[in-house]
Amino acid sequence: MAKHKTPLLDQLESGPWPSFVSDIKQEIEHRYANPKGIDYQIPAECPDDLLGLLELSYVDGETHWKHGGIVGVFGYGGGVIGRYCDQPEKYPGVAHFHTVRVAQPSGMFYKTDFLRQLCDLWELRGSGLTNMHGATGDIVLLGTTTPQLEEIFFELTHKMNNDLGGSGSNLRTPACCLGESRCEYACYDSQELCYQLTQEYQDELHRPAFPYKFKFKFDGCSLGCVASIARSDMSFIGTWRDEIRVDQKAVAAYVGGEIAPNAGAYAGRDWGKFDIKAEVIDRCPSQCIRYEGGKLEINNKECVRCMHCICVMPRALKIGNDRGLSILVGAKAPILDGPQMGSLTIPFIKAEAPYDEIKEFVEATWDWWMEEGKNRERIGETLKRLGFSRLLEVTGTTADPRHVKEPRHNPYIFWKEEEVTGGWNKTIAEYRAKHQR
Amino acid sequence: MAFISSGYNPEKPMQDRITDIGPQHFSKFLPPVLAKNKGAWDYHEIIEPGILMHVGLSGDKVFTVRAGAARLMSVTNIREICDIADQFCGGHLRFTTRNNVEFMVGTLEEAKALKANLNARKFAGGSFKFPVGGTGAGVTNIVHTQGWVHCHTPATDASGTVKATMDVVFEEFQNMRLPAPVRISMACCLNMCGAVHCSDIAILGIHRKPPILDHENLDNVCEVPLAVAACPTGAIRPTKIEFQGKQVNTVAVKNERCMFCGNCYTMCPAMPLADKDGDGIALMVGGKISNRMTTPKFSKVVVPFIPNEPPRWPTMTKVIKKILDAYAKDARKYERLGDWANRIGWERFFEKCDLEFSAHLIDDFRDPAYYTWRQTTQFKF
Repeated sequence: MAKHKTPLLDQLESGPWPSFVSDIKQEIEHRYANPKGIDYQIPAECPDDLLGLLELSYVDGETHWKHGGIVGVFGYGGGVIGRYCDQPEKYPGVAHFHTVRVAQPSGMFYKTDFLRQLCDLWELRGSGLTNMHGATGDIVLLGTTTPQLEEIFFELTHKMNNDLGGSGSNLRTPACCLGESRCEYACYDSQELCYQLTQEYQDELHRPAFPYKFKFKFDGCSLGCVASIARSDMSFIGTWRDEIRVDQKAVAAYVGGEIAPNAGAYAGRDWGKFDIKAEVIDRCPSQCIRYEGGKLEINNKECVRCMHCICVMPRALKIGNDRGLSILVGAKAPILDGPQMGSLTIPFIKAEAPYDEIKEFVEATWDWWMEEGKNRERIGETLKRLGFSRLLEVTGTTADPRHVKEPRHNPYIFWKEEEVTGGWNKTIAEYRAKHQR
Repeated sequence: MAFISSGYNPEKPMQDRITDIGPQHFSKFLPPVLAKNKGAWDYHEIIEPGILMHVGLSGDKVFTVRAGAARLMSVTNIREICDIADQFCGGHLRFTTRNNVEFMVGTLEEAKALKANLNARKFAGGSFKFPVGGTGAGVTNIVHTQGWVHCHTPATDASGTVKATMDVVFEEFQNMRLPAPVRISMACCLNMCGAVHCSDIAILGIHRKPPILDHENLDNVCEVPLAVAACPTGAIRPTKIEFQGKQVNTVAVKNERCMFCGNCYTMCPAMPLADKDGDGIALMVGGKISNRMTTPKFSKVVVPFIPNEPPRWPTMTKVIKKILDAYAKDARKYERLGDWANRIGWERFFEKCDLEFSAHLIDDFRDPAYYTWRQTTQFKF
């Protein structure tokens, strides 16, 4: 039996959407019943006390978690977030309630034996509550005590062959879309690149040496299922540079109503008969598609690869064959200097193992940011402070109109001395030789 | 409780230590049909809400059943997911970026049977455990942060606001009848560990009271210069005051300069700013991630403040529903919420959504503010 009354939270058990309150309650019951006779290494009452503490927050309208607390495993500077509640006498089960971040596999595919192992581990040594998954992508294990941290890490690495994720001023756990494993839009193997860069930069991930956090995210195409353009300091977005492949027969089938547009994604409402002109041709942002005499033509040179036409007619139009990715730098949420999206830095680069060129770009970027970035300054803010051109300079990237939406509005150009004939050493005497005071 | 050792020896932490191994390679977890057709998929179709079919160039087909779930999940719930995957999917499954669970099977019949099976599972409290949906032109699961469940800086709860919102928009999770996908995201403070700033609808926890100063402890638990430097508006300065007969080093805050970002509290635990009356919700709309047709966009603040009303935040969910309904009624096919607002004009957006406009919605933070003001005589009466 749960020991706390939770009349406010109980109201979140009704309604159709899966109730986290009901789920915590089933864990409370399971933990007290303990059918497998487990010798819980942290209090059996922790889900019970968590719900009780949350009820208190619902009454008080304020959180009851204390600020911070530095805990971790030996040799790592991240992966565990210390957490203590501010009402430990009333809720002893969550007095110490640290979070453990566990590195997730690319694309979040699992086999049940792995997940069951994780559940067994977390039932024995933690609260039995998780997040599947945290915002950055990790498996988040919610709530354990300090003495369990090394034990959890030992079991994770020795028995499950899996590592912790990142936290603090380091490389955060990289995340990707499911990519080529189940998507025809994937322009590169986002899972493999995510995995390879994660492995390459394990040191940066576990041992904080950056000015602030740094996130990698990998989207297989410009639709952006992992939101890399908004959420990652370095965003890898798949694209192509040749032609959209067209199957005219399939185009005709869409026009003839034999295939539902947009893979059936709009089937819940009667939008009328498919109109290729209104739904595809006129909606093309670069106006580069023509449909005449039953034939669809794309002026690929003018295409900006927004993928709308491909999404509407996925059986007729396919991504190009000369594929790679674009790299954008500097996305972040509003803290502190306002929200930023990634700015296009490398318009196109091939994404093929061993990914040396991509790694060179990453490392040149980091070298600069680690040198110039202020404490707690995201790279997007460093870019705003020092200028986008600096990033091009340090990464050896040639400036290109693709780097801007439009050229600058002011003439305040930071010319360098070597760019100006004669340099900057003209003396006042030389000047006065031609100009009286 | 007897301590059970994992094998770790605290006397010799480096003995047999394994580090820096990263996650497992994903190929260990891929269902065989996905491994076989990797990089060679031809097309996909959404057969019905929550059921996707992917067809490989090989002719192979895989059917995916997508189900919603709460991101806060017990091991009991995960084990039930494993049982389902063992029964139907040869022990394979995946999670989506938006906290859905996906089960993959070989035939449409199996997919339909699985959908019925998932929809039949209910928690003791009555809610669905794994409602099938979240595909196409509808509302899918909400990505969110920790809130009062496990965070020290929130201005509201995350799991509760999400549950309350999803209950209200649940029909749109099970249907595909909106003009385009609508992505709702939730972050419980301005830190936005969930980065909701490019969502069709963003629910954001905000504070409205300046930090409370714990003068007695501040100098012991904070680096004063860091607390001063943390403030983006320069509202914090170092000072000395007399506290209980002693001179203490502390900070002073110019309250009228505070923009309630909470960055000082992140740096200094002696400056908390959570307050029942001060804290609540701001709603932002019109952001997007996708490059489809239009470029990615930031979300814009359209409701500056709604009080916290736990457990169900009725005012907030009512406003969200109102915005969603106005959009559903008025937008064109394929038009995302922000694209609709841009086309009709924001003056019309407020009118059609029946939302009040106020000076709080006009940006006044640094340079980007100017670019949101109207430098044209084009507007609508």
